[in-house]
Parts: sequence; C-alpha cells; structure tokens
Amino acid sequence: MKKLLNIALSTIIAAGILTGCGSSATESADTTAAQSDASADTENATEAEGSAEADAATDENIEGTITMNGSTSMEKFANALNESFMNKYPGVQATVEFTGSGAGIEAVTNGTVDIGNSSRALTDEEKANGLVENVVAIDGIGIVVNPATTVDDVTTDQLKEIYTGAVTNWSELGGEDSQIVVIGREASSGTRSAFEEILGIEDQCKYAQEIDSTGAVMAKVASTPGAIGYVSIDIIDDTVKTLKLDGVEPTQETIKDGSYTLQRPFVMATKGEISEQSEAVQALFDYINSDEGQDIIAQVGLISAKQ
Amino acid sequence: MDNTNVVTAKRTVASNNAEGEKKMSFSIKGGNKAKNITELIMEIIFIVCAFVAVAAVLAISAYMIFSGAPALMEVGIVDMLFNPVWAPTASTSSFGIAYIVLTSIIGTAFAILIGVPVAVLTAVFISEVASKPVAAVVKPAVELLAGIPSVVYGLMGLLMINPLMYKLELAIFEGSETHQFTGGANMAAAVLVLAVMILPTVINVSLTSLRAVPVSMRQASLALGATPVQTIFRVTLPAARSGVITAIVLGVGRAIGEAMAILLVAGNAVNAPLPFNSVRFLTTGIVSEMSYSSGLHRQALFTIGLVLFVFIMIINIIINKLLEGGAEND
Repeated sequence: MKKLLNIALSTIIAAGILTGCGSSATESADTTAAQSDASADTENATEAEGSAEADAATDENIEGTITMNGSTSMEKFANALNESFMNKYPGVQATVEFTGSGAGIEAVTNGTVDIGNSSRALTDEEKANGLVENVVAIDGIGIVVNPATTVDDVTTDQLKEIYTGAVTNWSELGGEDSQIVVIGREASSGTRSAFEEILGIEDQCKYAQEIDSTGAVMAKVASTPGAIGYVSIDIIDDTVKTLKLDGVEPTQETIKDGSYTLQRPFVMATKGEISEQSEAVQALFDYINSDEGQDIIAQVGLISAKQ
Repeated sequence: MDNTNVVTAKRTVASNNAEGEKKMSFSIKGGNKAKNITELIMEIIFIVCAFVAVAAVLAISAYMIFSGAPALMEVGIVDMLFNPVWAPTASTSSFGIAYIVLTSIIGTAFAILIGVPVAVLTAVFISEVASKPVAAVVKPAVELLAGIPSVVYGLMGLLMINPLMYKLELAIFEGSETHQFTGGANMAAAVLVLAVMILPTVINVSLTSLRAVPVSMRQASLALGATPVQTIFRVTLPAARSGVITAIVLGVGRAIGEAMAILLVAGNAVNAPLPFNSVRFLTTGIVSEMSYSSGLHRQALFTIGLVLFVFIMIINIIINKLLEGGAEND
C-alpha cells in the first residue's frame, strides 16, 4: 500500500517537473534554480521515470561520466543543463566546478576534465594547444534607459564614461538636460561582471544604485527619470528604451553576427573535435543542439549559438 | 526541589493504586492511571516545546559565530570593521564594512528621532485626549499598520518617497559637479520608511504603559489645578516612563533588523551615510549579495550577519534590564 502511494506520488512530482521545463521557456533563471532544487529532491522519482523511458529509446542507455570546470558566469547555464541532461540520461554522471574561465581552459588542456567552460572566446594560443572552441550560447547585454530620455545611441567610449562617472548629464551626450542615474547589479552578479569585463572597466564603476535582480533594474529604470541600466537582452520590454551601441541595435541577428559588441560567447571547450570525445560528451553536445537543450539556453536568458 | 519530590512520591502511590484497577479509561476524569499517563505525556510535551525555542537560540548563536568568525579572522578585525571600502569581487578584494555598520546605526538613530515623538504623542492622544469615537478610529488604524508586511512599506516608499526625494535631490544639488545623483533611492528615504515602520510597535507598547497609570494620579493632578496638558507631560508620561523606554528599544530592534523595505528604497551602493547618498544597511548587505556569492565573499556576508546579531543581542539585553528595572519600580 505504502509502496503504491510512493510510486503514485513520484509520478506526480516527476510529471510536474517535466511540464515545468517544457512550458516556461521565457521564464527567469530563478525558476530554473528552483526547478533544479526540486529535481534534486526527487531524484528517485526521475530515475523511475528514466528507466521507463529507456525501453522506448535505446540511446538513453549511455553510461559514463562528464566532468566540467570553468567559468562562474556559466554556473546557471551549466547547472540547468546538467540537471535536465542527467534526467534524460540517468546513466551519465555529469559534474561541474566553477573556478573561472582561465582555470577551466587550463584543466581541459591538461586533460583533467572533459570540458572546459569559458565565458570568453579562446585565444589562438589555446587553440594551438589542441582545444576546440564549441560556442554553445551567447550572452547578450542590453543598455536600457528611462523612456523619457531623448538619446538613442551611445558609443562604447561614452558608455564607459557614463559608468565610470566621467559623464553625469545626458546633455553631454546630446540629450536633454537631465542627470544620469547610473544603475547596476550587485557585486556577485554575472551580468555585472560580464558588462564590466566586456567594456574593460572592472572595479571602476560608480553606481548610484546596486540592485539585486534583473526585474528590479528594469522597474527602477522605467520609473526613474534619467536612469540607465544593463540587463540580459531577453528580458527587455516596452517599459524602457533600449539604446543602440555604436549605432547597432541589439537583436538576435546583430548579436549572432557579432556587430553588436556588448556580448560574449559561452564556450564549452574540448580537447580535440567533439566526434573524438567519449559517447557521453557527444550525447551532451547533441542534447544542447536539440530542442530541449535550446529551451534551457532560452530559459537562462541566453541566445542560441546554433546556426 | 522538595516539591517535585513530593509530587513524584504521590504519583508513585497513585500509580500503585491504579494498578489494582482492571478497567482503563482514557478520559481525563477517568481512573488514576489514565490521569497519570496524561500528566506525564503533557509534561514531556511541555519540556519538548520549551526546548525547541532554547535549541533554536543556541543553534543560531553557534551557527552565526562559527560561520561569521572565519572571515573576520582572515580579513582581520580592523580591516573589516574600520575599513570603508567594500569591493568583494574586485581583483584586489576589500571587505570593509565600516560604512555599512555606520549606515545601520545612523539610519536607525534618525528613524527613532523622527518616529518616536510621533508615536508617543499618538499613544498619548489615544489614551488621554481623544474622545471614545475618535480613539475607536485611530487605534484600529494603528493596529492595521502593525499588520502590513514590510515589503509593502518598501513598495510605498519606492512609489511615493523615492520620486519625491529625487525632486528634492535635483533642487538641492542643482549644478553640483561632485554629487552622484541617485534617483531618489537614498538614506533619507530609508529613514522615512523605517520611521513609519516603527510607529505601530512604539505606539502599542507606550499605550499599554500609559493605560496602566492609575486614574487617581491624573485626578490628583487635575484637582491640584494643573491643566490637562500639564498633567500629561508632568504626571502621566513620567509615570509611564519605563514602558515608553521599552517601546523605544523595541522600535530600535525593529528598525535595525528590517531588510525588505529598505532594500527597495535605499539604493544599496556602499557609500558614506549622508542623507542623499545611496547607502547599504547591514541587512540589505546580506540580502542583496547572498544569492551568487562564494568563498570568502560569502563568509564576509556571514560576518555582517554576526555584527547584526551582536547588535540585536545588545538591544535585547537592554530591554531585559529595563523590564527588570520597571518591575522593581512598580
């Protein structure tokens, strides 16, 4: 009786997780984190689910381990990817550490891990060491301002000046006479480190407000005259105005072709081509390119790198 | 101790008697045996319940010290507590929380300075001045204010006080080259929100102590020719002094521990605690950075928690002393 109840409950929970993953493609990454917690708790349930599915698809019998190391900015993406990947392939044990892009690249070069996560493109020297740059997703950052601001376009240098406090009034950029309220994210934010890293202004930013979530940045920018902020481009809506950077509007296309510069690739570097890797690693890359994998990329606010 | 022994002895006798009975009843009014079992079970339940609170306090204290101390030792007490630069993720990281601690102390102090006079006078109004129908409107309003979740106070501050502060800021710092414009999210806004938030606590506790002042004291004062206002300030309020002080200390505790409301209105950049600067409090420092922090940064956030914990403990000790003092006076 108790067993029956357990099975029934597990099925319900597992079903809940699966529907949750499928329907919420545009939901924020917080949801993903919550989901990962939930799926960790119900490991038994998903295992049962997995073995039931395994009869139908023989691919999913792959067994093995995948080790990853690298970028802290990719933490959200890598965790979400691993969770759902291991749900689908219960035989594979994927583990990931977050020690920074440099350390990840070093580890994969030395062969201590299968995949090195890097939130920057590989250098020619790194490629010469036999690494292959597999860009799995692109992180794009949009510059948003209060809708009342008349400026439409900033250059990269002007943006640096705004965030380092050299320019404090929109009139200096050809706009109306209004003070610039510089809004940013809290110190541990991945978006903040990406933004400062791409512009090369790490530790020099002078923020008027440090906000702890993307949604709150949007709300502040929408309600504060003269405010400027940065957010992942997937969350931008009509309540704010998006600035062009060096004349280029941030869209899926301009980010993919590289003309919009406030972006960085998420690279999962392997030593040698993907086809030379273990079965499990190959399955992981196939999974990223599948619809499910692309959903995860969208869920954590990234842009697909798939051509 | 002697009492307990007697009770145990009686119980043994009682249970011996109960063994003789064949029929068992589970009603409280039933046989002696059932009665003893009920007593025993309830006693255990009481002990367990009391232990939950004590265990929680001990666990939290131990946890705060064990998780907060390592960063304090690693960074150094002076480098942490007396250094104003908070840059946990910079390439040369710095974990100074001097501005954060100062902001919490000064912010709370000003919230008390603004909130307490309003609150105490409101309590006086309800208990001494207002006619019954008016008091019947004001008192429920105050009680309602106590029930509003703190995040709602924050939202109100965000929508009403921040825009107002921004207008004030633009007027005051017009043409200033050095001031960084915060868009109204500043210390002054946080202080105003905190001042409103402590009102219900201070009003309710002050009101209770004012009502406890014997009517005969007021009557005597009025009979001697004092005006009602003289009676309030020279007789009633001094008589209720210890209760009012307790109310203020409780208000301090509420203000220093508040996180959600000021997270929305204070701006959260670490700056010197000046009225039009964007500031970070102890509580908001933990809340805003905990989610993605790691390593020493995370430990430093626990240290902020430890500092806050020490402040709250000090306030609690003061309350206890005041309450003891109040009891002796009575």
